Amino acid sequence: MSDYEKMWKKLGINLQRHEELLESMMSSYENIIASQKNRPKAMAYFDDAVGKSHCRRVKELIDWQSQGGKVVGTFCIYVPEEVAVAAGVMPVALCGGTQFSIPYAETMFPRDICPLIKSTLGLGLGKMCPYLPVVNMAVGETTCDGKKKTWEILADMVPMYVMEVPQKKERIDRQLWLKEVRLFRDKMEELSGTKITLNALKRGVKTINRKRQALAKLHDFRKESVLPISGKDALLVTQVALIDDPKRFARSVEKLNKELEERVKRKIRVFPAKAKRIMVAGCPMVVPNWKIHHIVETLGGAVVCDESCTGFRYYANLVEDNATNLNKLIENIADRYLQINCSCFTPNKERIDEVLKLAKEYNVDGVIQYILQYCHGYNIETVKLEHALKKAGIPVLKLETDYSEEDIGPLKTRIEAFLERLE
Amino acid sequence: MVNIKVAGIDIGSRTIKLVLLENGTLSNFRIIDTEHDPLAQSKKLISRYKVDVVVATGYGRHLAKTHFADKIITEIKAYALGAHHLFPKCRTIIDVGGQDSKVIRVDENGHMEDFEMNDRCAAGTGRFLEVMAKTLGFKVEEFGVEALKAKHSVNISSTCTVFSESEVISLISSGANRRDIALGVHQAIVSRLAAMVNKIGPKEDVVFAGGVAKNSCIAHLLGEKLGMKLFIPNEPQIVGALGAALTAK
Repeated sequence: MSDYEKMWKKLGINLQRHEELLESMMSSYENIIASQKNRPKAMAYFDDAVGKSHCRRVKELIDWQSQGGKVVGTFCIYVPEEVAVAAGVMPVALCGGTQFSIPYAETMFPRDICPLIKSTLGLGLGKMCPYLPVVNMAVGETTCDGKKKTWEILADMVPMYVMEVPQKKERIDRQLWLKEVRLFRDKMEELSGTKITLNALKRGVKTINRKRQALAKLHDFRKESVLPISGKDALLVTQVALIDDPKRFARSVEKLNKELEERVKRKIRVFPAKAKRIMVAGCPMVVPNWKIHHIVETLGGAVVCDESCTGFRYYANLVEDNATNLNKLIENIADRYLQINCSCFTPNKERIDEVLKLAKEYNVDGVIQYILQYCHGYNIETVKLEHALKKAGIPVLKLETDYSEEDIGPLKTRIEAFLERLE
Repeated sequence: MVNIKVAGIDIGSRTIKLVLLENGTLSNFRIIDTEHDPLAQSKKLISRYKVDVVVATGYGRHLAKTHFADKIITEIKAYALGAHHLFPKCRTIIDVGGQDSKVIRVDENGHMEDFEMNDRCAAGTGRFLEVMAKTLGFKVEEFGVEALKAKHSVNISSTCTVFSESEVISLISSGANRRDIALGVHQAIVSRLAAMVNKIGPKEDVVFAGGVAKNSCIAHLLGEKLGMKLFIPNEPQIVGALGAALTAK
């Protein structure tokens, strides 16, 4: 038995099932990611991070804990990483992107719930998620009804803490959110047994800002007419951001950015110039969910912008770090997060304006609205967004799908026809 | 003048359609069942004719591209082009095939402006009609004609192939007239189709094509529901294959 197998066994993982899960993930990775031509060399780091996400990264977290550090699991980009990091707590996303674990959730969970929730829960129930037994606590939020109720079930597997994300963007909502961020600070202090000082929080802000800046720069390269990186690779990098060590991750993205800069200078492109430029807007895509990007790019399109929690919404906006007292810095953090235009807010006109702005900046030929089945918020928001895009003369296609392979045929037909339409 | 022979092949979920064009004019067409091996069936069909270019469309287009087709286009574009060729004034195409239903809006040149396609289930498609006809003991060819003879209609609440089947079975056992149930089934499909058509904002002329356009009851009810005249090609099934062949030039 290898050291990693021993580690998994100790964590209570079902080894055989876990092996099958890793095989299915690696075969997706080989077919979808590794098979791409002319990839940037610096992608090797992110390939490795995905490949070793269930072994090396888990061991790192255990080592971190043995040195006195703590780990929290998250499910949403609304959880303020800066605050956790400042307390010596490492955040790591627990979201599931695999069809493989869904049947394990459906044994006790309603079927008509979004695949992200079912996959996450299934990884836990099926004893295939090595992170869940490691984390000291999981932090949920209130960005959808499905998640809210799932926390109650997950609480039997892991200590849960839930942040209340407001549903409107008024003054009173900002007050609520600010209070929530303060309570989260208290919770992180309690978990780690350390008081968060101004300096510690400033360091936390700096670490996470650097990560977001590096990502923002990476995605800026996708505005180029000479595309130096595929949509699949750009998505992969953002997906890794949610599980990796923030400092090491930022350095690796900065290295990738240098290579991309060089590529743009030397006009090294990953797609022919005529490839139609597509924005994917809507629900998040977590590893190994590369379904839509893969179809678009296999059919000759290029995904140049992700307006999602595994894209723009994650890296947009930095926390202002010029505060001279702790209270002000916490306010700055709360304000930064409230600029994430999640569909849980009503009204959410800012998101529509943002998509229109991105469409222009990235010079997109068309927008695909990506909806995870049963995600009512983003699904219903497609109506307003489609209207706004059409009014702006931007072609739009709505796709509602899950993690399974069963609808690949009709999806291909739709995406291919959409690309034909853009010609 | 060189005699250029072009084939358009539409490999659908239920049938394979072949259209032959000689110098841009329809010279022949064939329709066979897809069965379990679309590639073998397609090859069998196409090997009988000597052609210069083959353009494939439909579900099997990528398979065809790997094996014999020179070019592929989606059935959505193919139906748009084929319908526009047959009816130059057409601006909206409703195509209901074996597993898909699509509504396509085109500009005056036949270029696609927008389209809608049914989601992953087979509701409101040819397959749904086949299953319902069988459940009610009708041949699929006579299903529409029989439904039109109904004196009343029975309301069918679901267009899900699986749920409707059990709904229809319970209606049969409750003693309802099978023609009345048949009419209800047709109405259920039509209201689903009409919703899809209205979503896209139909412009006249409207062409109704695909295998289901051969069902006179659907054609009648749909035209009535939309309040529009539907133009139906003489051979509604081959419109996609025709559109594919037209792109060969």
